Amino acid sequence: MIELDGVGVTYHGAATPALSGVDLRIEEGELCLVVGRTGSGKSTLLRTINGLVPHFTGGTLHGRVTVDGRDTADHPPRELADVVGVVGQDPRAGFVTDVVEEELAYGMESLGLAPEVMRRRVEETLDLLGLADLRARPLDTLSGGERQRVAIGSVLTTHPRVLVLDEPTSALDPPAAEEVLATLHRLVHDLGLTVLLAEHRLERVVPFADRIVYLPGGGAAIEVGSPAEVMATSPIAPPIVELGRLAGWSPLPLTIRDARRRAAGLRRDLADLPTPTRAVVPVTDAPPVLRTARLAISYGRTVALRGVDVAVAAGEVVAVMGRNGAGKSTLLRAWTGLLAPDRGLVTVAGHDPVRLSPAELVRHVALVPQEPGDLLYAETVAAECDAADRDAGLPSGSCAALLEGLVPGLDPDRHPRDLSEGQRLALVLAIQLISDPPVVLLDEPTRGLDYTAKRRLVALLRRLAAEGRAVVLATHDVELVAAVASRTVVLADGEVVVDGPTSEVVVGSPAFAPQIAKVVAPLPWLTVDEVSASLEVAS
Amino acid sequence: MTRRSPPPPRALHPGAWWLWALGLATAASRTTNPWLLLLVLAVAGHVVTARRSDAPWARSFVVFLKLGLVVIAIRVVAQSLFGTATPGTVLVDLPEVGLPAWAAGVSLGGPITDTALAAALVDGLRLATMLACIGAANALANPKRLLATVPAALYEVGVAVVVALSFAPSMVTSVQRIRAARRLRGRPDRGLRSILTVAMPVLEDALERSLALAAAMDSRGYGRRATVPVRTRRLTTTLTLLGLGGTLVGLYGLLDGTGPAALGLPTLLLGIVVAAASLRSAGAGVTRTRYRPDPWIGSEWLTAAAGVTAAAGTIATSLTAPGALDPAPWPLLAVPLPPAATVGILLALLPAWLTPPPVMVTAARRQPRRRPDRTVEPPATSVSPSSEVAA
Repeated sequence: MIELDGVGVTYHGAATPALSGVDLRIEEGELCLVVGRTGSGKSTLLRTINGLVPHFTGGTLHGRVTVDGRDTADHPPRELADVVGVVGQDPRAGFVTDVVEEELAYGMESLGLAPEVMRRRVEETLDLLGLADLRARPLDTLSGGERQRVAIGSVLTTHPRVLVLDEPTSALDPPAAEEVLATLHRLVHDLGLTVLLAEHRLERVVPFADRIVYLPGGGAAIEVGSPAEVMATSPIAPPIVELGRLAGWSPLPLTIRDARRRAAGLRRDLADLPTPTRAVVPVTDAPPVLRTARLAISYGRTVALRGVDVAVAAGEVVAVMGRNGAGKSTLLRAWTGLLAPDRGLVTVAGHDPVRLSPAELVRHVALVPQEPGDLLYAETVAAECDAADRDAGLPSGSCAALLEGLVPGLDPDRHPRDLSEGQRLALVLAIQLISDPPVVLLDEPTRGLDYTAKRRLVALLRRLAAEGRAVVLATHDVELVAAVASRTVVLADGEVVVDGPTSEVVVGSPAFAPQIAKVVAPLPWLTVDEVSASLEVAS
Repeated sequence: MTRRSPPPPRALHPGAWWLWALGLATAASRTTNPWLLLLVLAVAGHVVTARRSDAPWARSFVVFLKLGLVVIAIRVVAQSLFGTATPGTVLVDLPEVGLPAWAAGVSLGGPITDTALAAALVDGLRLATMLACIGAANALANPKRLLATVPAALYEVGVAVVVALSFAPSMVTSVQRIRAARRLRGRPDRGLRSILTVAMPVLEDALERSLALAAAMDSRGYGRRATVPVRTRRLTTTLTLLGLGGTLVGLYGLLDGTGPAALGLPTLLLGIVVAAASLRSAGAGVTRTRYRPDPWIGSEWLTAAAGVTAAAGTIATSLTAPGALDPAPWPLLAVPLPPAATVGILLALLPAWLTPPPVMVTAARRQPRRRPDRTVEPPATSVSPSSEVAA
């Protein structure tokens, strides 16, 4: 179905190729997963499939890409629209119309299909993806999972043979991600569609893949094989694979079910060991650093928070979880004074954040927003650091030194937009931490981070907490929560549903339990590191 | 069946509402009779309340009404300050400012008479009424569906406008996001300087979004075309120019009413026919089809006809009793109500009852508030989760 022969891509002005020497054949009806670090060329590979690279992006393509017998060299993306459907990471960016039904029809209109055919296919697609109830809904009222399914539906109506998805679940909460993946699984199995998928959250997608393409990046040759083969050696792997490696299982387990059946012995061993100790904040009489009491906030007619009581002490790492739109970001924004409460009380280190001037605010609280890039204005990393020093009234070089501690060896002359997601996050954190605030808030920090960057983030967050700062994360990433949070607050519909120690909150929840917890349940181990530490102590 | 059941809710063809509104606006443009103008306003207002949906654009009528009030105010102020003296009872005598000789004919200040004020009010009212008619069309017709009805040749322009329309709200959110970010960096988030410094990031944001959208549209087949011979293209260009020129001249003749009669309706109709032919010829290169186009059936004919009737009534009056359209506006009770124009405008009320009711989108989805708002209770004195965690 898809053939790549010696494909290499070099963008204009780039010193090194983004992709080189890729030979790949993907058969019909295969679900092929593309994995690799940030910047290893995953998106570039996906974009060559429908000719966006090089027709749209520019640059030079070496070798040959054929899809269903059509060479992308002489077929621009629009001429491949009836063969390849492409869904991006943020479906909103690709919506052309404003209502579900019209969005589904848009591609067919461009292809000039007859009205009867369009009508029939829209109805079929609505049923296939379970969107029938949403047909008349405006696109901006949909939830994240619904939006992603509409985006998939909108490319399916042209009856493509190949579906290409770039990080389709990155921005989704766990239930919505499962919804989307179940849809993809069904498309592959019922319709024989060929799916090419890139994703950072391997724990979500590895069980669904028939084959994995590993892009090591930096010009090294790609590895292609069955998931078990590739995962055996891949430096990026989901937690159950790491558990399998630790326990020496072969072949490696790829699903929770496999791992659980293998883990009977492991569970017996662990049951006799003391339960892992998680960082616990000492009892003090000091008032909490962050507090809300009966906090209610609404945007016009939509109620975002209704009566939320949360308090966070110094040295705690608290995770705020919940569906998209449950009020997580609103809570963080209230603590930075970006939103004034309708009712109730918000305090940060004893101050009302709404009344703090921006200059005072940064001394009390740091927030890394969902788009860290919003905080960056300068042309280079060095200029950004100097500006931060000036803002804080500190000697030049303070911020650069702090940044060096977070990510060593970052080139100060690079443009902030050219940094990887992880590096940009570190830069924003460095800028924010320069005024030494006692509170650090992070909104969805692991979006776009690969496992290596995530591990670095975990170490960093632990260090911040150990320095006596209160850290709050709003996140969908259950593995991050398991690794770092001492306490978890689950919001639903603007209310606190659960507030308790992470090990208790996530173990019982089918949606929020990390993979290791699912494997060793009911024992309270949450991460591979905890398991390996316990086993080491025992031996 | 002895009694006709009410038609099921359905959005009327946007073109029908626009024809209706333009008919009313034409009626308003040809008269300064305050009663007729108020009647047009009332008719437009009633139909809007009866037949608008709950979509965001449906609220635009009020905006246009407010704009109308501003227009009236400006007109009156301008008349009071710069207007030349007219006979009548002097209401206020403003001090007159002497102007240099080159500004002869313009006076600043001076006496304000009741007739001058009334004329200014009525003139402002006429403009405001026309604005209200446009506002009514805006509130009643889905702008995106209207663009979807443009001929195939104008399809790409239509898409550009749709994309621009959806960009405006996302620009607003992006400005809010980036201003919020300034606050997070400890820089002032208010004042002119802060607005200027967010301009660059906002532009970058918009540029990135439009690139993403362009890539998505390209991947979905936007811009596929058939090949068109050169002769057809030349014919299209000629027809387009002729058609547009004819339509403009015709419209001017129709609205102005002082020119020769041949310059009005006949030229307009001819222009429209030529323009339609040019669009048809240009559409030959477009392979695109349309999904579920809005039908044009009974209700649409009726709505369009109601608008045409309003215009026709006024035009009929202008032929038979031109004085009744431009009476002395003062005293109000002495102003006559010409029958043809009145009936024509009143007939434009019919769509309020005879068209299908609008489709409500959000009403069904709106969640009931789970808790009634109560008075603010004093916050708890201390909340200590840390002890819970430690326990």
